[in-house]
Amino acid sequence: MCLAIPGKIMSISGNEPFQKIGKVNFGGIIKEVNLVYVPEAKVDDYVIVHVGFAISTLDESEANRVFEYLKEMDELGELDQGDAEN
Amino acid sequence: MKYIDEYRDAEAAKRYFIAITELITKPWTIMEICGGQTHSIVKFGIDEMLPPEITLVHGPGCPVCVTPVELINKAIEIASKPDVIFCSFGDMLRVPGTDKDLLSIKASGGDVRIVYSPMDALSLARKYPDKEVVFFAVGFETTAPANAMAVFQAKEQAIKNFSILVSHVLVPPAMEALLSSPHNLVQGFLAAGHVCTVMGLEEYFPIAKKYNVPIVVTGFEPLDILQGIYMCIKQLEEGRTDVENQYTRSVRQEGNRPAQELIKKVFKVVNRKWRGVGEISRSGLGLQDYFIEYDAERKFNVSNIVGEESPECIAGLILQGLKKPHECSAFGTKCTPEKPLGAPMVSTEGACAAYYRYRKI
Repeated sequence: MCLAIPGKIMSISGNEPFQKIGKVNFGGIIKEVNLVYVPEAKVDDYVIVHVGFAISTLDESEANRVFEYLKEMDELGELDQGDAEN
Repeated sequence: MKYIDEYRDAEAAKRYFIAITELITKPWTIMEICGGQTHSIVKFGIDEMLPPEITLVHGPGCPVCVTPVELINKAIEIASKPDVIFCSFGDMLRVPGTDKDLLSIKASGGDVRIVYSPMDALSLARKYPDKEVVFFAVGFETTAPANAMAVFQAKEQAIKNFSILVSHVLVPPAMEALLSSPHNLVQGFLAAGHVCTVMGLEEYFPIAKKYNVPIVVTGFEPLDILQGIYMCIKQLEEGRTDVENQYTRSVRQEGNRPAQELIKKVFKVVNRKWRGVGEISRSGLGLQDYFIEYDAERKFNVSNIVGEESPECIAGLILQGLKKPHECSAFGTKCTPEKPLGAPMVSTEGACAAYYRYRKI
């Protein structure tokens, strides 16, 4: 139920309050998404969408965190076997 | 798809499994709160790959699963009325009430419709002004901004033939209820990434402190979950009980402020009953007085309807992490996704449905 999927904003329309609507591309499927809760979102941003509403703008600078964390563990020597496999 | 596929990388997953195995020195029990996380864990076999010291228990974060039978009965009563268009997310249609489910109301001619968003239900209300359109507003904090917006817009636009049957629940009071139970086994939590996307981290600091549990806000893809488990185990091994954020690409410390503001405007915190668990104080949302005309329970006068759960269904124990689905005598025999006894077998996020679908038990 709390399923939310990232998609890329293709265009934004509507300037009325509560009517900021975006066309959002989810891997080729384009849907209209209500952007009222992400006032900062702009075209080409990725937003995380739940039941027709964007609930956050995806922070692309944090998107690689899960891989950087592995790298940091490597550097700290917490992943010796992982090193051997690379 | 970008921002999904990369978090399913097998090589990186293997490195996380190795890191977790090297880190762990004793047995730990961790609960993933959200049913979406449970689904990923079981689907990708994460629990079966982890070292045996780790026990993952599946939490109550499946709104379909925790909606009590009496609310299903109320939904059925409303949906059976002539001139009602009853709208719901698809999962709710097969959840059994005392005698029947919403799907059987649809089969016998009731106007029950599956919608993608509460805004679709509001559009139907605009389109059919001579009908009463009711939306079954189930969900955790993640879904509250959408439901709040539907009600807010209905009021703004003076749409009178729209209402919502509210079954909104909140994560932190459920965590506290679990942690205060004498049967509690949980030593650390993976908190629900999308709930925290909306609400932020603030509510979790006092829980971590009061109950001495690490809480790691975690995403939903396999690498997210593995990193969340690693971070949680690291805290447990080091004796720390902090709130940490694994899902930083979506979750900000303060959450989504505009969404929180509208939730507060439309909803207030109320006591709620949870299936198999009972009433938990201040664990849900109900409409503020200013929006009370949109409360379907009042509009259709169904407040008195009650309901008893199937005595055979152990959903309450499953939702508290005290039993695993396959430990239920009805699992896969008397209770299947086609003919469920309880909600966790219906919802795609339910632990029972996940085990039925992905485990050969």
